[in-house]
Amino acid sequence: MTQASIASPPLTARPLRCRSCGAESAPAPAAICGQCLGPLDPVYDPERALPDRETIAGRAPSLWRYREWLPFDGEPTLSLDTGFTPLVDAPALARRLGVGRVWIKNDTVSHPSLSFKDRVVAVAINAAAAFGLDTIGCASTGNLANAVAAHAARAGLTAWIFVPEELETAKVVGTSVYGSRLVRVRGTYDDVNRLCAQVADRFGWGIVNVNLRAYYGEGSKTVAHEIAEQLGWRLPSAVVAPMAGGSLLTKLRKGFGEFIAAGLVAEKVPRLYGAQASGCAPIVRLVERGGGELQPELPRTICRSLAIGNPADGGFAARAIRETGGWAAAVSDAELVDGIRWLAQDAGIFAETAGGVTAAAALALARSGRLGPEDEVVLCVTGHGLKTLEAVRDALPETPVIAPRLREVAALVQQ
Amino acid sequence: MAITVNLPSVLAAHTGGARTIEAAGRTLGEAVADVAARFPALGPRLRDKDGKPYPFVNFYLNDEDVRFRGGFAAPVQDGDEVTVIPAIAGG
Repeated sequence: MTQASIASPPLTARPLRCRSCGAESAPAPAAICGQCLGPLDPVYDPERALPDRETIAGRAPSLWRYREWLPFDGEPTLSLDTGFTPLVDAPALARRLGVGRVWIKNDTVSHPSLSFKDRVVAVAINAAAAFGLDTIGCASTGNLANAVAAHAARAGLTAWIFVPEELETAKVVGTSVYGSRLVRVRGTYDDVNRLCAQVADRFGWGIVNVNLRAYYGEGSKTVAHEIAEQLGWRLPSAVVAPMAGGSLLTKLRKGFGEFIAAGLVAEKVPRLYGAQASGCAPIVRLVERGGGELQPELPRTICRSLAIGNPADGGFAARAIRETGGWAAAVSDAELVDGIRWLAQDAGIFAETAGGVTAAAALALARSGRLGPEDEVVLCVTGHGLKTLEAVRDALPETPVIAPRLREVAALVQQ
Repeated sequence: MAITVNLPSVLAAHTGGARTIEAAGRTLGEAVADVAARFPALGPRLRDKDGKPYPFVNFYLNDEDVRFRGGFAAPVQDGDEVTVIPAIAGG
């Protein structure tokens, strides 16, 4: 056997197909159909061999254990240790919501950058490698910036990262520490996103959520795959997830559907519920209107990670919600801060603002009767609370300061 | 002077390679109609057969999303810059 035949085959990306007009195209760092400008999705070989439960269970604990549903042929080479975050049973939260059972899909401890964006970047950076790109980048509200910077650093790639000027301190520091080229743009996320579409077009970099988007988005499906496996190869009745661009909702549906089609689980796709902050809730309002065109909004919320006023996947997310029998809810900034606090107090999980939105929206959905005692609910908590300390700091009780004397402790105990 | 229209490179195949073209009109819709008349292959990629914008294709007038300015009814004048960008989400 020659050396060449022993080595793993080089990683190649799958071809693409337009979600709108169906036109197929060769693998490329392109997210836009050349025929109609619709979004592209990777095409999988329907004849490919799929693993059974035991094979998957025997693989390393990362999102690559589901690699047959990720858009490559050959072995991935980068970011091999991302994914397979804990699914945490939260009985106190179930009592608070008045539902049968609650689990938290805890991507606050995602590796390496403490948000679910590690999943999409792990996939996108392998696409960049397959296309021979040496520079990647993103438009981001913060979590994606952290993820692109971290994954690029250890892969030895250059990263250009564009964020709105107004962003939480931790998200700025947690990006520039990796040595990336961080650029703050005067404007909203939607302004940054538009700029990055032009940057990708002009410079040919791999902007993960622009021209690598077709591949990038597939990483989100692994949240659904992991929920199914971690529940013992079955599905919950409902899933609540935050919505920014709306992609996660559509990919949850796709991921659950893939495992049903593969015979790995028997249930139907869970009812999908979307959560947004009321200061930026274009997808919730689209769901409440019952259809039609998405109306973009100018974001006004402390939940910057969900502050996308013009979500391109919003229409697809609304459809996924409607067709699975779910619904959507928007919560105020005060409610999302409360949500952060009782998520921490009930489940021991400190989430960033998007997690507070998800928790508070779940409570609103339960109170309105859309989630009930018969439900088993998974909440997707997608980023760590240390990233958005500003949101919750002033809402917490003051901490007593004492001299190092026992009687002062005793006085506090007696209060 | 006229209205300048910036196109993504994916559409330049329909303009003989030009990514920046000029257009005339009093509204964005008229400017798009002018472009469609001069570049017949480009027209159906910018608007549907009823002359309405597609949900996937965003138009920016001097860097502002035209949906905040009345869409294709937004008034335009000489010197304005229109940028066509396919809708892409992020986060």
